[in-house]
Amino acid sequence: MSLDLPGFADPVQGSQSTFRAVLEAMAHPGSVVTAGTDLTPPAPLCQSAAAMLLTLIDGDTSLHLAAEAEAAREWIVFHTTPRITEILGEAAFAMALTMPDLHRLAAGSDDGPEEGATLILQVQGFGHGNRFDLSGPGLATPRLVQIAGLPGNFALQWQENHARFPRGVDLILCAGTALMALPRSLRIAAVREG
Amino acid sequence: MAEAAKTPRQIWMSVLARASAAELHLHLQDAPQLPDFRTLRGPEAGLVMVRGRAGGGGAAFNLGEMSVTRCTVRDAEGRIGHAYVSGRDAAQAELAARIDAALQNPDRHDALQDAVIAPLAEAQSAARQLIQRKAAATRVQFFTLATMRSDS
Amino acid sequence: MAYVAVKGGERAIDNAHRWLAEERRGNPEVADISTAQIAEQLGRAVDRVMAEGSLYDPSLAALAVKQAQGDLIEAAFLVRAYRTTLPRFAAAEPVDTAEMTIKRRISAVFKDMPGGQLLGPTYDYTHRLLDFALEAGFTPPAPAEIPAEPEAMPRIHDILGGEGLMEQDAPSDAEPFDITRAPMQFPAGRDARLQSLARGDEGFLLAMGYSTQRGWGGSHPFVGEIRVGSASVDIVPPELGFAIDIGDVELTECQMVNQFAGSKTQPPQFTRGYGLVFGHSERKSMAMALVDRALRAAELGEEVKAPAQMQEFVIYHCDNIEATGFVEHLKLPHYVDFQSELETIRRMRADAEREMMQQAAQ
Repeated sequence: MSLDLPGFADPVQGSQSTFRAVLEAMAHPGSVVTAGTDLTPPAPLCQSAAAMLLTLIDGDTSLHLAAEAEAAREWIVFHTTPRITEILGEAAFAMALTMPDLHRLAAGSDDGPEEGATLILQVQGFGHGNRFDLSGPGLATPRLVQIAGLPGNFALQWQENHARFPRGVDLILCAGTALMALPRSLRIAAVREG
Repeated sequence: MAEAAKTPRQIWMSVLARASAAELHLHLQDAPQLPDFRTLRGPEAGLVMVRGRAGGGGAAFNLGEMSVTRCTVRDAEGRIGHAYVSGRDAAQAELAARIDAALQNPDRHDALQDAVIAPLAEAQSAARQLIQRKAAATRVQFFTLATMRSDS
Repeated sequence: MAYVAVKGGERAIDNAHRWLAEERRGNPEVADISTAQIAEQLGRAVDRVMAEGSLYDPSLAALAVKQAQGDLIEAAFLVRAYRTTLPRFAAAEPVDTAEMTIKRRISAVFKDMPGGQLLGPTYDYTHRLLDFALEAGFTPPAPAEIPAEPEAMPRIHDILGGEGLMEQDAPSDAEPFDITRAPMQFPAGRDARLQSLARGDEGFLLAMGYSTQRGWGGSHPFVGEIRVGSASVDIVPPELGFAIDIGDVELTECQMVNQFAGSKTQPPQFTRGYGLVFGHSERKSMAMALVDRALRAAELGEEVKAPAQMQEFVIYHCDNIEATGFVEHLKLPHYVDFQSELETIRRMRADAEREMMQQAAQ
């Protein structure tokens, strides 16, 4: 039973340092930070995704869990007591292992852009896989990153996501204990393999 | 929750929620030592929103919060115990969760029930009855003019 | 509004707080008061802080009373600030006030209520003469006890409900509005109003309730019932999936009965205002019930003309933490605001003087 696995050993310290890490990641898009090193999360969650959930989710946030994360549901509910919603478009946060089409998530409104959802997406890793060129707020010069595990049309989907700014979806990518944030303010271009 | 409809576990959890850490320690001296344990969550302080109903029986409304401490443990015998107790006593919540786990073990249940739960339940019920007896002593015994006349 | 950042006050502030701590402690030759003493012996102050601080925790409220030197609004403020630091684990099932362990229960409309009238520990019928025995330190005699059989204590509308003369509750399991999570909107639902009133200032609500009795929003209220006692609080944790009882809260409930002439849709009957408050707080629960009834004017088709019937007026002004924040912020430096006002006044005066001279010259 996944209830057997503890959350942060020290919930206050654990969630504050993780919050600091994701803040850093959001402020410097494309940089890879570390989170959840002392966690033993239930399958299929990786450590950084589990740390994100423990830090960002509580009784006041709504969460959508993709079907492939179902095995971790009991653990997530036990440690974060979220308002679980089955409807992706109604969730403030969504946890997924394969990226849903971004336009299916809540984008907020021009009056309430903070109502745009945050997608916590578990990917295969950073430093290998498809190449992307990132530019925009937080980056003095464009940054080249490699991400494995995003869908083939990711750059196109992101273009649409970015075009509706200030509305849109923020993305937190997790792999192992590594984490990268892609805020909606970012411009992303696919770099052709050569 | 009506007392009669409660399961044994609901009853012992309700008794544990009302017992201080000192009381739990005291009664645990009369029972075999609790198994070792590992904490799965807490003990941590938080809030529960208390609700009432408009008019007493209508739609719910939020009255205000109360402080609550919760704890979940897994004991060395593999049982998971939970506690949610009013107030901010982490030691009480942890002990209550350990006792909840141990009470689920048929080999331990009776000794703990007799040493800890039964005497605490009795003391809690006696405290309620004391209030009822004091309240009964302040009950107004109305007598009307007619009965006054017939008395004389 | 503009505030100007001013430096240089840091040491003055530190020293002011050190002096405050000394003053709070008072004469060191007099024993320090313990929070347990406050919780046990100043229970009504603690109850008020729990109600207006919107957090049921007698030992925390006692600490707040001590820290605030008995300033109950400051104490409620401390408690409100504390509660914002804690996560909310759950919302409880609505308390069942019919199942309370009752200390006190009275009715001003029915002499022979099933379950009886129990005076409980009350200040009613005391002579309001200062008791100098308390000054000397006094151990009271033990209260009288009479063997009691548990007796059902039905609520007022359960008694009169049969004839259809008393408005009945409409049970609903809808998720209630939460003023601590969503901004207030008007007209506000009764759930949002009751939550505001339950943590509203006792003095403000008392004055508003009083105004309805004096003709400002005319009502002719009767106390259908007041009950004081403790109720158990149940939650359903998701990991358990069944209800557990986490402890008791002491509550005061007031059912205020009002005559109602009827409307297009409803026959003449008695309507009710409702008060429910943390702790033993009869005055507050009665005031709340009066104001709750007054605020129902619009939905009952009555003309809204008195302050107590105006939702926005009552709800926006009943919270003493908000009120004290806005009133007391006037103490903060407004040097820039005031400079600009000063210049405006100087200019207006110069203009006025010039105009007068021109008129005199003509």
